[in-house]
Amino acid sequence: MSHASGAHAVHAAPTGFIWKYIFSLDHKVIGIQYYLLALTAVWTGMILSLYMRLRLAWPSAELPLMGGIMTPEQYIAMVTMHGTIMVFFVLTTAPMGGFGNYILPIQIGALDMAFPLLNMLSFWVTFVAFIVMLSAFFVTGGAPTSGWTGYPPLSAVGEVAGPGLGLGQTLWIVSIALFCVGALLGALNFITTTLDLRTKGMTLMRMPLTVWSWFITSILGLLAFGVLLAAGVLLLMDRVAGTSFFIPGGLVISEQIISHKGGSPLLWQHLFWFFGHPEVYIAILPGMGAVSHILSTFARKPVFGYKAMVLAMSSIGAVGFMVWGHHMFISGMSPYTAIAFSVLTLSIGIPSAIKTFNWLGTLIGGKIRLHTPMLYSLGFVSLFVTGGLSGIFLGQPSLDLYLHDTYFVVAHFHMVMGVAAIFGIFAASHFWFPKMFGRMMSEPLGKIHFWVTFIGVYAIFMPMHYMGIAGHPRRYAETSGVEYLGALQPLHVIITIAVIVVIAVQFVFLFNFIWSLFRGEKASINPWESTTLEWTVPSPPPHDNFGGKLPVVYHGPYEYSVPGASADFIMQTSTEKVPDHH
Amino acid sequence: MAVLLAGVIAVITLVSMYLFSVEAWWMPPYISEYGQAYDAHFHLTMIICGIIFFLAQLGLAYAIFRYRDRGQKVSYSHGNNTLEVVWTLATAVLFWGIVLWGTHIWASVHLEAAPSNAVQIEAWGQQFAWYFRYPGPDGKFGTIKPELMKESSGNPLGLDLTDQAALDDVVMPIVAVPVNRPVELILRSKDVIHNFFVRELRIKQDLVPGLENRLHFTASQTGRFEVPCSELCGLGHYQMRTFLDVKPEAEFNSWLQENAPQY
Repeated sequence: MSHASGAHAVHAAPTGFIWKYIFSLDHKVIGIQYYLLALTAVWTGMILSLYMRLRLAWPSAELPLMGGIMTPEQYIAMVTMHGTIMVFFVLTTAPMGGFGNYILPIQIGALDMAFPLLNMLSFWVTFVAFIVMLSAFFVTGGAPTSGWTGYPPLSAVGEVAGPGLGLGQTLWIVSIALFCVGALLGALNFITTTLDLRTKGMTLMRMPLTVWSWFITSILGLLAFGVLLAAGVLLLMDRVAGTSFFIPGGLVISEQIISHKGGSPLLWQHLFWFFGHPEVYIAILPGMGAVSHILSTFARKPVFGYKAMVLAMSSIGAVGFMVWGHHMFISGMSPYTAIAFSVLTLSIGIPSAIKTFNWLGTLIGGKIRLHTPMLYSLGFVSLFVTGGLSGIFLGQPSLDLYLHDTYFVVAHFHMVMGVAAIFGIFAASHFWFPKMFGRMMSEPLGKIHFWVTFIGVYAIFMPMHYMGIAGHPRRYAETSGVEYLGALQPLHVIITIAVIVVIAVQFVFLFNFIWSLFRGEKASINPWESTTLEWTVPSPPPHDNFGGKLPVVYHGPYEYSVPGASADFIMQTSTEKVPDHH
Repeated sequence: MAVLLAGVIAVITLVSMYLFSVEAWWMPPYISEYGQAYDAHFHLTMIICGIIFFLAQLGLAYAIFRYRDRGQKVSYSHGNNTLEVVWTLATAVLFWGIVLWGTHIWASVHLEAAPSNAVQIEAWGQQFAWYFRYPGPDGKFGTIKPELMKESSGNPLGLDLTDQAALDDVVMPIVAVPVNRPVELILRSKDVIHNFFVRELRIKQDLVPGLENRLHFTASQTGRFEVPCSELCGLGHYQMRTFLDVKPEAEFNSWLQENAPQY
């Protein structure tokens, strides 16, 4: 079903700076706001990782702003904040809130999101969540030290269990709860927009894979963030209202008897990972969508197996809700459920493999143009394969018996949901920058950034697999406490050097971004010779996206190199004939 | 550019595979009954993943090189349903096969009960130390009470000395076990979640407050092995380490006697 965009999505173009740029209802401005929030967050998270890496490589070095040598609790606080900021405020915020907001309505031929006011609220709630999160650094005791997973009792009992577990931990929970509210509002908006505001001819199976990925991600978000919100509220109650949802009886911490009783630490883990595992797909699915889209555009060839891609993403989303237990194999939950969870977990490898095959199938027989967005997309495929394969180890409880909570896990999730997802964001940034800002980003700078980052992330995360196999536990402030870790210290130094190089080259991206905003070459309407609706409107698009005339769609999104066609791409709005391929 | 990218992907692939294959940083030799099966299945998974890694990365590199833009004609295709079905089934068989193939290791660790002659030891975690409790000559663990847990008064596990069964309990900061005898650990925590991990045993298990998680194994070689806490437990997590001492049976017995409490 599709119909003309509802009139209710129209709102008058605002006047005045505040209504135009701050409390804007325009999905394009809100998209850019989300993107800039994520950009701020990613630099924060990255600087934290630099501190962590410096601490690990040279434990006794005096670091700036730390007041001398970084303490173990400062290290754990940075582990916690790095993970939280990156997962929530970067990997969830940029692909969905940023690109999803900006591009989705235009790609389906809508004038705006279904609920513009709700959209503005989502952003501002997320913004407040970020400020609350950062404020945890500045309160007594500092930022929380319970990891981004916030396992109780550590996260529930307060300062008695260590520094950062007082007000810092409370602020962390409040921030996460606020973030959930923002994400839920956003998810509702995206789902409604996709279902109701598609223009004439934009059937579901003519939607670009980007739209499919945002749509599926929104459904995941709607189902997952509600659970985390509830869990967060319960944890907050345990901390401030004397309840005992997650705190069992009989605890003695630093010789102090804790008065709570009857709670279950594993309950939190179930609730957290019921959210946490789908969250991995919330981070990576939009990247998959963007990469599929970009590979097709720059290979000048239709996406190989469009329907299979839609089915694969849908099944990753669906099965993604049934695998959370693989985070808990060694927690003490029933060993029988571990077997069920492991079979379901390995099942996710199937649609993931389908996607990889189809990406290769899209490239084969194509005519590959290696512009920066394409380089990042190809890098994404490489990293996704590498990161996915270590999942074959960790998804098996038998092998998890050794590998759980080692650096092997750190390597796995950083490869696949960290840098692969970030490469998706980089690809999308270079691809849509011309549309969003009306200027091209510099290709030479983009390529320098790509090469160093691509080789650099392999240099950072490959050695972590070896460290994990050697039995290095994660979240260790230093290696001095365990004798056998001494042999791994040289790897820590190598990784830290790679991190310094990779972080240095991120300044090239930042410079490219800012410089191109003002000095980049003017972008045409369709610089990449792509086919979807955003490339039929000016760069940047007018306030109502289509200048008062709604587009009509006649084709699927990936009609490249159609035999006998007038050009090697046919716009979705073109009335030119394409052969029936069904 | 295409040649360079294909080359870089190929080099990264080959260097990574080389470093995995020489096992420069690897697990130490195993000392438990799970070790042989674990290592065999680990290697099988490594070989399968290695082959997939090699084919996928070099396939990507080849596609980038072979189909770089040289003005060639593009073959217009929206896919191939037969191929989709084939590779879906192939991956399903491979992935389900590998996980089911390895499940017997998990089953022997967690689904099989400890043998009835197993030496029972309680393993206690606390921020940031370990305590291990042996039941003593009576074979019974005495009552413990949280309100009695006081390291400062020499009673970290809160033994209730009014209970006869508690009087002979041996509490130690390291864990000694007899070689070639089954051992059952009862894992408990006083405060937050910790994790018992011995690389050489190829097992790890959380210590969750409020739960009594169990783990059984038979160590087949004497020696001293490190036990690093493997679940974030606070600022001292990185130094919460103890030792597993695998001793000949006689030596183990005399060690227990030497450390018997004198009340």
